Parts: sequence; structure tokens; C-alpha cells
Amino acid sequence: MSDFTSNFWPMFITVIAVGGILGCGLLLWLTSKMKVSTTGSDNTSGHVWDETLREMNNPLPRWWVWMFIITIIFALAYLALYPGAGSFAGKLGWTQVNQYENEVATANKALEPLYARFVAMKAEDLAADKEARAIGERLFMNNCAQCHGSDAKGSRGFPNLTDGDWLYGGSPEKILDTINNGRIGMMPPMGAALGTEEDVKNVANYVLSLSGTSHDAARAGLGKDKFAVCAACHGADGKGNQDIGAPNLSDKIWLHGAGEAAIIKRINEGKTNQMPAWQDKFTPAQIQVLASYVWGLSNK
Amino acid sequence: MNEAPAAKAEEKPASTKDVVISLYKAQDKVYPRSVSGFFTKWRWVIIWLTQLFFYGMPWIQWGQRQALLFDLEARRFYIFNLVFYPQDLIYLTAILIISALSLFLFTAVAGRLWCGYACPQTVYTEIFLWIERKIEGDRAARMKLDTAEMSGQKLFKKASKQFVWIVFALWTGFTFVGYFTPIRELSQSVLTLSLGPWETFWIVFYGFATYGNAGYMREQVCKYMCPYARFQSAMFDDDTLIVTYDEARGEPRGGRSRKADSNSLKLGSCIDCNLCVQVCPTGIDIRKGLQYECIGCGACADVCDSVMDKMGYPRGLVKYSTQNAVTKNWTHSQMLQRIMRPRVLIYAAILGLLVVGLLVSLWLRTPFRVDVVRDRGVMARLTDDGKLENVYRLQIMNGTETAQHYRLAATGLDGLEIEAEDRDHDENDENMEFEHSVMVKPAESRWLIVDLKIPDGSAESGSHKIQFEVQSIESKETVIEKSVFLVPR
Repeated sequence: MSDFTSNFWPMFITVIAVGGILGCGLLLWLTSKMKVSTTGSDNTSGHVWDETLREMNNPLPRWWVWMFIITIIFALAYLALYPGAGSFAGKLGWTQVNQYENEVATANKALEPLYARFVAMKAEDLAADKEARAIGERLFMNNCAQCHGSDAKGSRGFPNLTDGDWLYGGSPEKILDTINNGRIGMMPPMGAALGTEEDVKNVANYVLSLSGTSHDAARAGLGKDKFAVCAACHGADGKGNQDIGAPNLSDKIWLHGAGEAAIIKRINEGKTNQMPAWQDKFTPAQIQVLASYVWGLSNK
Repeated sequence: MNEAPAAKAEEKPASTKDVVISLYKAQDKVYPRSVSGFFTKWRWVIIWLTQLFFYGMPWIQWGQRQALLFDLEARRFYIFNLVFYPQDLIYLTAILIISALSLFLFTAVAGRLWCGYACPQTVYTEIFLWIERKIEGDRAARMKLDTAEMSGQKLFKKASKQFVWIVFALWTGFTFVGYFTPIRELSQSVLTLSLGPWETFWIVFYGFATYGNAGYMREQVCKYMCPYARFQSAMFDDDTLIVTYDEARGEPRGGRSRKADSNSLKLGSCIDCNLCVQVCPTGIDIRKGLQYECIGCGACADVCDSVMDKMGYPRGLVKYSTQNAVTKNWTHSQMLQRIMRPRVLIYAAILGLLVVGLLVSLWLRTPFRVDVVRDRGVMARLTDDGKLENVYRLQIMNGTETAQHYRLAATGLDGLEIEAEDRDHDENDENMEFEHSVMVKPAESRWLIVDLKIPDGSAESGSHKIQFEVQSIESKETVIEKSVFLVPR
């Protein structure tokens, strides 16, 4: 809008809009009567096509002129009621945004009785309710599936929601909290804290050993002591900490890639991963239905 | 059509008189006189057929529902045993093309057959005129009534006419809406005064359009509003059958006694009774030749035939004939032979082809549809058990009115496995015994999430063509939909 801070453009638009309408009226008035010669005229305009087709000089029906007048009245009424004449907002104060917001409010109001039933239900019952699940599925497909996948199994960087493994906890309350407020998972780069490249590689092999994945046992032994640095978040046993979203390293679920190379990369570079907050986009009841749907994916 | 011949007027000698006229003219009301005869009889046959269909069809049931129902809210069109989805729009397109081509064909053969016999504007005008005639009398009586001073009798006649018109128009609007809302429910809503806002609007709007167009606008619609009236001349040629006045036989016209010998009076067959003008619903004089206002209804031919009969002259002074037949004095059979000319044959061939195409396509149509949408969130991923997985969403649209079960399969890659689960299935549903099957409710569509996997490393990186095969367990019919399986580098 900064391009239109000048008063010139609203004036320009007003003049064109109102002037155009009044111009149509003027044209209509000026052309409603005309001079013709009655004698010697055969009521044609003098144009002849295709040898025999003559253009008649017949008047339009009177009701036609009424349609012109109605459009002019309509246009003036429209400009008075709706935004159209430059910066004049119109008597009704209509905007696209408030129309949208009114429609959303109307739809939410219409859905209230439906959600009233859901709000009173426990998450376990909601997840089993066919109707609630169908709504949850649609909410998920339209808003969550872009990252987590339509089957909610995620992909690299986007957690699988069906496997019962949770970064921040998988109780219905925790899931609700995650959807409402979002999450920012942050692992700092730890390469320097661990020491040399060799140390990093040793720790990576120790991490692999936690989940029983094939690893270099000698290196794992060397890395065990250094893992104390990691244990601050991931725990001494590497089982993670859901309070701060530190992943469990003792299972075979690797959000950012499995294998030695991927783990070394994560130790050296760290990782910040974000899930956005949704509480502004949905009503609390919708989020409750959605959270129960997500909970139900791993608790069938 | 209203270009001012200003320059021309100035060139004229000073003796000509210039007057100021309005460019807009009040409508001259046309009072068509009642007529009977061959063409009128056929017009009434068509009116009865089309209107029995229009007013009767919504009341016919097919199983548990209305036989013809266009459910806009659910986006399902029910036509007898068929259920159409928005995806079937191509059939509507085909029907519209066939209708347009039929119009071309009929117009090429016999001019404005549609306008004169079947167009709703003609049909409803005829019905409204019939009502008008029953209440106010024929042409002369109506003209007299309109110019008469207001009196109790005039008020009664006008009010009764309005009442019958409005009731008929509202019934028409009600029937129209009955194609979109089940008419039995609609009549309940009308009786209990619980119509929805849109139903009310459309009943009143369609009723008002019927009332206004058939009661007042009448020939004005054909003359000034209808686009077809203006472009139909493109389908005319010199062999098109049109309502024509036999000028050679009729002229010079003139009144005479029934017993007079027209030869000795040096008069043609036209007795200048003006009946052809009085019966014309558009108020033209057919004796001036083909005019764009002529809707080809044949009323003038009917009335002229009756006059010729009374005079003892042969019929056919005004008749269906062609430009060529008139100018070249062809016999009737010569004229009819020219119907089979290239233009007509080409229209007919294309029309026949399209009709056959539509029927074959409807015959081969499977009672369900499948759309495959590759998941955009996940390109491909490795599962914990070392398989490469792609995610798809399948939309299965059940075009029948019973619950259907579908079995899913995918082919096109070695070792391709499919994982699909109907989470809502009923434990006791015996048709769900098949693996990867899904139940879809009557006339509903359903999204199903499907995972496809191959052993990692079993296919080259890139995009591989695969296909989903969805088989209806009930009807055994199979729909095949193509998609791709992506293997990342």
C-alpha cells in the first residue's frame, strides 16, 4: 500500500468510476432522440450487405432503455454501499477479510453443537469415535500431512507419529500442548566439546552400540567416557529426555538419518528443528479433536 | 441497427421534412388470434409431451429416491440407475454438444423448428395465451377489454387471469426446484411453510421469469434477447424449409366476394383478409417475405389454409417451402429431395457419431472412479525394516447406491508391496475378508492412504511408472490408474 500514499490515485479512481457511470447516463440521454427525414426514406440506414441485406433503422424497445437506467442506479447504489470509489470504504463497511471472518465464525457456530459433544469426551473415547476421527483426519490432511505425510509416518526431519516413539511425550495432554504451542528442538554443535575428529567418531560408534546397531566395538569403548557430555541431555543411558525433547538414542528411530556418517554430522553441526504453533488457527475444540486423532494413530 | 443516417439526411434536398423521433419505442402489444390446423395441432402435441415430462418427471421414483434428481449440495446427479459425480462433467458436455448439433441439423432442414414448437418461450407463451383466451376471450375481445374503461367486469377478468397465471408460474417454479430438492420433501416444506431461503428464492425467481416472459415479454424475448434467433440464419440456405408466402400465386391481393371469379377481377389468391397477421405471435406480416422475427410456428399457414378452404381455393398459399422451390418452381418432391444435401448429411453424420459415442461411453462406464494423488509431503523414505516407501492418497468414488468393497493392488515394479488399511471397517463385514480392501458407502467417495514399498536398492533411482488396480468385489469390475514410484539417489 505504500505506493498509494498519495491522494492522487484514489481521486483518479473515483473520477473514472463515477464519471464513467454519469457519462453512460449522459450518453443515454443524448442519444434517446434523433432527427430523421420522413419523406423519401425507406426506414433503412442505407447499408446493404451480401447484395440484399439491408440494415433497418428500427428503434429499440422501450424496456431496453429501462435496463440501462437500472444498471446506472445499481452502479451508483453499489458505489455508495461498497468500496469502489477511491478510498471511500462504502456505507456497509464491507471488506474481503471481514466477509471471510464472518463466514468462519458462522461455520464455527454451526459446528458448535457437534464439537460440544467432543469437548466433553476423553481423548481415548474421542480416538475411538468414528465421527471425531473423520474430522480429525480431515484436519490432519489439510494442515499436518504436508510435513508428517498423509499416513503420518513422517520422513527425514519430520517425526513419525504412528510409532509410539515421542520426542516430547505421547500422552494426549502432551500432544495437545505440542500442537497448541509448537516445539523447537535444538541440539548444539558438540564437535568441539568432544575433542578431536577421532573422539567424535568414537562417540558416534558408542551411540550406535546403544541401539544394538552394527558398530566398531573398540571405538565404542573409547567413546563411552566422552558420551558423558551428551548424557546431560540424552541421559546416561542414552534414552533421551522428553522434558527437553532430547531423542532416545537407544532405539532404531533416527529422525535425521541413520548410520555413522549421519550421526557424526549431527554431532558436528547440531540441529534446530521446528514445529509451528497452531493455537491461533483452530478453535480449542478442533485442536482437541486433532490431538486425539494423532494420539489414536499409535494407540489403536 | 440504429445508426443515424445524418450525413445522408443533409444531402437530401431541402424539401424533405425532418422530425425528431425517440430511439426507443414502447412495445406494441401483440394480440395473437386463436388458430387451429395441422401445425397448431402438432405444437400442442409437443407442448403436452414436454410439459407432461417437465411437471411429471420429478414425481417418479426410482427405488428409494427420485428418478431424476440433481443434488447440487452433495454434488451428485441421479439419473435413473446412474449416479454422476462432478468428474462426469464430460457427459454433460457431450449432451450439450449433441443438443447444439441437433439444433443445427433441424434448422438446416426446416428452419426454426425449435423456436416454433419446443422452445420453452413458445411453449409457455402458448399456455399463458390459452389461459388469457379462456378468461378474456379471443383477439378482438382482448383488444376491446384493454381499451375499455375500468369496470367491475374488467377487474374481475384481469384479476382472474393474474391469479391463474401466478398459480401456474409458481407451480412451474416449484417443479423446477423439485429437480434439485426431492419434490416430495419440497412439497412437505411448502405445506408446513418451512422452505429454505434458496428454495424460496428459486421458486419465486423461476416462477417470476415464467410469468414475466410468457405473460408480458413474449415475442420481445425472441426479437431482442434470444441469441439463437440471431445466429440461426447461418444455418439457413436456399434449400431450408421455411414458412413462405407464395407471392406469384397470391398477388395482386385484394378483397372479393366468395362467388367472384378471381381471374376476371385480375386478382391473385390472397384475399387480403389479414388473418395471417392477426394470428402471428410476433406480429409480423409473412407476405413481406422471410423476416428475422418469424419463429416458424406455422400459425399463418394454418389460418390461410382454412381461408383457402372457405374460398374454395387450393391450400398452400402460405406454406413450408424453400427459397429454391419458390424461385425455381420446383415440385414438392423435387424440393424434398434437396433435404439430403451435403450440409444436412454432415450435420447428421457428426450427430450420429456423437450419440453413438456417448452411448458407448455410458455403457462402458465403470460404476466407480479412482483418483491417485501422490503425497506431496513425503517424496520417498526408508522404513526401519530397510524398505523404500512412497505414500499415495486414493480417492475412491462409489457410483452405485449400495455399499461397495474394493480390493487394492499395485503393479509395475519388482517386489512392490502395498499397505492399505480401512480403519473404519466393521468386524462383522464379511466382504472385508480380502486383504487391502476398503468399504465405501453408497454414492459416497472416500480418501484412503496407501503406502507402497520395494526392497531398498531393488530399483534404479528415478521415477518408475506403476499402476493401481482397484477391483470392485461386488461387480468384479476393475479400474486401473497410473502413477509413479520415486526412488531417490
